[in-house]
Amino acid sequence: MARRIPLAVCFLSGLVMFAVYFSSHPVAEVINLSVPIYWQIVFAFTLIIGVISYAKNNLNAIRRRQDRPYRMVSLLGFAAMPIAAAVWGIKADTPFIWIFENIQVPMQSTVFALLAFFVASASFRGFRARSLPAGVLLVTALLVLMSRTPLGNVIEYLPDAADWLREFPSMSARRAILVGIGLGSLTTSLRVIIGIERTWLGGEK
Amino acid sequence: MAAMFPAGQIAIVVTQVNWFDSGKLSILIAAVLSIIIVLYTTYHRKSRKSYQVREIGGIKAVEEAVGRATEMARPLLFTPGWGGDIQRPTTIASMNFLSHVAEKTAQYDCSLVYPTHDPVIMTVAQEVARESYIRAGYPDRYREENITYVSSTQFGYAAAVDGMISRLKPASIFLLGTFEAESLILAETGNSVGAIQIAGTDSTIQLSFFIVACDYTLIGEELFAASGYLSGNRSILASVRAQDILKVIIISLLLLAVIWSTVNVLTGHAPQGWWSF
Repeated sequence: MARRIPLAVCFLSGLVMFAVYFSSHPVAEVINLSVPIYWQIVFAFTLIIGVISYAKNNLNAIRRRQDRPYRMVSLLGFAAMPIAAAVWGIKADTPFIWIFENIQVPMQSTVFALLAFFVASASFRGFRARSLPAGVLLVTALLVLMSRTPLGNVIEYLPDAADWLREFPSMSARRAILVGIGLGSLTTSLRVIIGIERTWLGGEK
Repeated sequence: MAAMFPAGQIAIVVTQVNWFDSGKLSILIAAVLSIIIVLYTTYHRKSRKSYQVREIGGIKAVEEAVGRATEMARPLLFTPGWGGDIQRPTTIASMNFLSHVAEKTAQYDCSLVYPTHDPVIMTVAQEVARESYIRAGYPDRYREENITYVSSTQFGYAAAVDGMISRLKPASIFLLGTFEAESLILAETGNSVGAIQIAGTDSTIQLSFFIVACDYTLIGEELFAASGYLSGNRSILASVRAQDILKVIIISLLLLAVIWSTVNVLTGHAPQGWWSF
């Protein structure tokens, strides 16, 4: 019974959402607009589980003296934001906004900025012409890169060649992969709706 | 309005409610056809017996990855990426992978670490891993605290997983799920600690990053096929065949469209109707 009810709910929800997609009836539109709102409410409740798990894991790790400094900083940030929000609110010129703008946003930007270095190191490995496909990749990458530099203005056909590469050979390969992904998503979704795929319930039995 | 309906008369306005959006007829036909093919291949007994799945490098490497982690006495890290939630097919496919990997780690007594950005994914992953450890016969080796929620923000998640990779130095890393800009950050950090990496995602942009930074990459539908293969469920595996049938239909339609369009251009007739380009 513990499995049958979620499976029945999943089947009915799948069926309703399928029907709603093909309908322009006002009721269907209301359902379409309501589902994301209900999903946000459900997510807010599940976040409590995540928050409890996060706090419990970090406290246990601190007790075991495992990665203590990192765990303490994590818990400090984890506690500081809701306290600041509860005591001073979340309007402009409050400690909450100050922490968000001067600590959280710069830290996120720093992690994002790492991407530039990682792109360089990954490109270096990817563009080593050890085989014919790697050589082709190197030549096409160089063409596209050069077309985006001032060199693209000097060599007349370079931007056109780069655009052709991106719009035809590259796009056709990308679309082929997208068709495969779309079909994979379709069959997986159908398996979930008809109840063959039960991993989301924690397992087969 | 006053001129149309003089005082004393009642105007009855009837609005027509469309139960069916006729603009989506072609999508409905394609969807129904796809559903019939998937259901047929899944339930038809004969078709369930006659299929063969080609070898996918990423599947063969799973055993190698778990074995390597065991030999090196280092953990194995599995993460589903930041971009998806539990209703996303890629996340569900990655759960089948997790189930198989968790069973192997239970057998080899290897530590499995699973950080995620979503509490729902965390709960499902905990259940999947717990069942796998029970199925392997080693429920005592399961560690719930290793399957953990880290952060819902993209770069908070990336920083947390990056930190785990740097400190734990896992011998093997599985990056299977929906990834966005964090993909290369994680894959390159994994590469820097010398981990064997198996990746797969439904994002074509991130696939290119995985191909250069990881040892094995499941491209496109390979992730779904591999997931079906590893689940060991014959019904799931049979539905993979439906993907091939649908692919043949799509390729045939594309070829037909190309020929049609070419003939139209050569004969000078402008294409008209729903098949026009």
